[in-house]
Amino acid sequence: MAPENAHSRPPPAAVLSSPHGPRANRVDQVMLQVLLALIPGVLVVTWFFGWGLLINCVLAILFATAAEALVLRLRRRPVLPTLGDYSAVVTAVLFACAIPPTLPWWLTLLGMVFAILLVKQLYGGLGYNPFNPAMAAYVFLLIAYPLEMTNWLAPHLLTQHHLTLAESWRLILFGALPPDLSWDALSAATPLEALRTQLREHQVMDAIRGAPWWGSLGGRGWEWVSSAFLAGGLYLLWRRVITWRIPVAMLGSLLLLAGLFRLIDPQHYPDPAFHLWSGAAMLGAFFIATDPVTASTTPRGQLIFGAMIGVLVFVIRTWGGYPDAVAFSVLLLNIAAPTIDHYTQPSVFGHGRKS
Amino acid sequence: MSRPDLPTPQLWTFHGGLHLPDEKALSSDQPIELLPLPPLLIIPLRQHIGAPARPGVRVGDQVGKGQVIGTADGYVSAAVHASSSGTVIAIEERLIPHPSGLPAPCVVIATDGQDAWAPLPAPLTDYRHLDPALLRERVHWAGVVGLGGGAFPTSVKLRSERHIETLIINGAECEPYITCDDRLMRERSVQVLEGARIIRTLLGAERVLIGIEDNKPAAIAALSAALADTGPDTHIRIIPVPTLYPSGGERQLIRILTGREVPTRGLPAQIGVACQNVATTAAVADAVLLGRPLIARVVTVTGRAVARPGNLTVPIGTPLSHLLAYCGGFREVPRRLLCGGPMMGFTLSDLEIPVTKAFNCLLALTAAEAPDPGPALACIRCGRCAEVCPVRLLPQQLYWHARAKAFDRAQAYNLFDCIECGCCAQVCPSHIPLVQYYRFAKNAVWAQEEERRKADQARARHQARQARQARLEQERQSKLRKKREILDETTAAAVPGGVADGDLDARRALIEAAKQRAAAKKAAAQSSTEPVDQG
Ligand code: SF4
Ligand code: SF4
Repeated sequence: MAPENAHSRPPPAAVLSSPHGPRANRVDQVMLQVLLALIPGVLVVTWFFGWGLLINCVLAILFATAAEALVLRLRRRPVLPTLGDYSAVVTAVLFACAIPPTLPWWLTLLGMVFAILLVKQLYGGLGYNPFNPAMAAYVFLLIAYPLEMTNWLAPHLLTQHHLTLAESWRLILFGALPPDLSWDALSAATPLEALRTQLREHQVMDAIRGAPWWGSLGGRGWEWVSSAFLAGGLYLLWRRVITWRIPVAMLGSLLLLAGLFRLIDPQHYPDPAFHLWSGAAMLGAFFIATDPVTASTTPRGQLIFGAMIGVLVFVIRTWGGYPDAVAFSVLLLNIAAPTIDHYTQPSVFGHGRKS
Repeated sequence: MSRPDLPTPQLWTFHGGLHLPDEKALSSDQPIELLPLPPLLIIPLRQHIGAPARPGVRVGDQVGKGQVIGTADGYVSAAVHASSSGTVIAIEERLIPHPSGLPAPCVVIATDGQDAWAPLPAPLTDYRHLDPALLRERVHWAGVVGLGGGAFPTSVKLRSERHIETLIINGAECEPYITCDDRLMRERSVQVLEGARIIRTLLGAERVLIGIEDNKPAAIAALSAALADTGPDTHIRIIPVPTLYPSGGERQLIRILTGREVPTRGLPAQIGVACQNVATTAAVADAVLLGRPLIARVVTVTGRAVARPGNLTVPIGTPLSHLLAYCGGFREVPRRLLCGGPMMGFTLSDLEIPVTKAFNCLLALTAAEAPDPGPALACIRCGRCAEVCPVRLLPQQLYWHARAKAFDRAQAYNLFDCIECGCCAQVCPSHIPLVQYYRFAKNAVWAQEEERRKADQARARHQARQARQARLEQERQSKLRKKREILDETTAAAVPGGVADGDLDARRALIEAAKQRAAAKKAAAQSSTEPVDQG
């Protein structure tokens, strides 16, 4: 049963079918709400890490839109209605939020072409892609260009050097650092990376917590970023754009596991809040795992889907080869989503559920 | 004696549902008005589920108001009556309010303006002490059908093999815009209660629960007052239920009031419940207590495209144009003209379509009220549809399989449990006409089943014919054999003298007789299998 795009065949007598009143939602409005909810996160990242994210957003949106328009043209599908659903823009901004703010422009281009061309449109466009395009592109680049993809700036609380807008553009477009600066002065390991390295060096938590990059919940600066994404996520919940199940299950299982290990061995495991407020946990829980297209759709399935992501994030972060694992975990569960759905169908009214 | 002291009964909830703008204020303050007689009544012979009524009049006949013009054809059928006096001028196919938009046989009556009643049966006021069969017979005669939209012959539902514990009277009226039941409960509360009592008596139910959405406080108050006025009746309770579409769905309301779920493909009786709409209940009271058939119903004419929305008592068979003219016509060209509400109603193609027993609302929506949903986009699997589905289906899966024409898969996802309430399509951000797909799939499955049934029949017919032929052939062979044996014997006996002429004649007669017998047998066999052939 080959998936086929909705535009290819008009639904039977669509206009005359009930219900007849105004519809409650629209795809483009849903996407705009998501974009709106991303704004606080984007602003806080910009505050702590400079102009890079904003530049990346602009570039990614440009590339994604161009790639989508191109494919649609090639597939002889109407271009404007599809661009008008803003799903490419959401993919672009999510991607930009996940990558380092100084990523060279051509990697952003590569990522967006990969996301739109291969992950989304090759499967038939929005609604048919089994993987979250932004995360698939992120993981692809992480594996292909590990150096560039882990080169993070230090939050401005921890460094004296702040790139100006022009300097940021030059860095992204030409890889040119300001003359008096070196990468070492600008960059810093992310909190998850730093923790990992230091634990590997057999430091204990008490010592690590004294490090200057340690904040009160997560890494300094980073904890604010996570909080901003959390705020955006709560907004989405409030506007009923997403439901609580996936984020709560994901953060809940992460919290539970982290708490458990913390209780068992407090010197080698960070407190659970650190897990939630570092890395991409909040962004992932509210904006990525909840991507309707690629997530589980049954109520019980969503709980399992979210919880499994949380488990995987903890496992990979703690014992795996990468400091953060949200993208990997989401992709892995994307594969499992259809199966989860299959086994978690709700019991239908009147089919003998005890009432 | 009012009874505010009754404890609020426990209410249950169903999954999903929608809070919709109810739009009832457009017409809910308009008292029911009696619509003047139209010059022409177009009365469909089939206004119900089941077999169409058989026409009992001829073109040219004079009919009186309330006279039976179509008799119920069997148990699951309903009689139709002349809604006013006049002359039958045609019995022919006319457009009727039906989603298919197809015409159906109707009796067309030119009214004479006298509105003269035909002789009516005597009221059965003492119903408590009468033979229940008599009451059922009366309701059957009166042609009462479910007026909430189901149009199932009511007399059938007044008998139950199983014990009915609870009778539920459905006054939820959960669809937006519609106010006919609301007005009926306010203005004919006594009839509603009387009807409920009659039905309770017939079914032997212990209690009656009248469920009304709490956005109709006036109806709740009116019924409560009437209940207090008509003497203490501890069996009947009026229960406000939270306003949530589709709480007026039979299964949903039963769930809300009793906490129980009617088994899929089962009947409410299986869990000891019977359910009747308020208007049906009032019609039962009219039939029993006044001896009047169902010849008129309350119709809401509303929507912002209507100049003066209102609620009208309309003789069955009145063309819609007549209702509209009474309501001042259109204020603006309607974008959609519907029978029923915006969630489950269907579009009407013509204004000469008559009002039938199940016609509860004529809804003319403006472009602002029924905006074009635009082209459907791809399903983004957001799951909103599943969240609101009152049947706990997975509408996106149903859609997927219906679209791919994988009907067996769609059935595995319980396609036939879908009540077509429209909640899923209402919230779908991709504006996919989901319900349309489900109807399409259901129709396809029915067509397939019909075809299979026909094929089975054809196969059975074919096999029967083959068996018959084989049997005849066998009989022929064995007869031939016997004859030959007889012949052999006779020839052997006559060997010395050769074959005599007389013998030859006798033999010919024998053969002739045998041939005739065989032919008769064949004809008999054929005629006995004929009904099967047609069947
Ligand atoms: S609401 Fe529409 S887009 Fe969302 S899952 Fe259901 S069918 Fe798909
Ligand atoms: S129309 Fe059918 S599938 Fe859709 S919400 Fe209603 S019952 Fe569920």
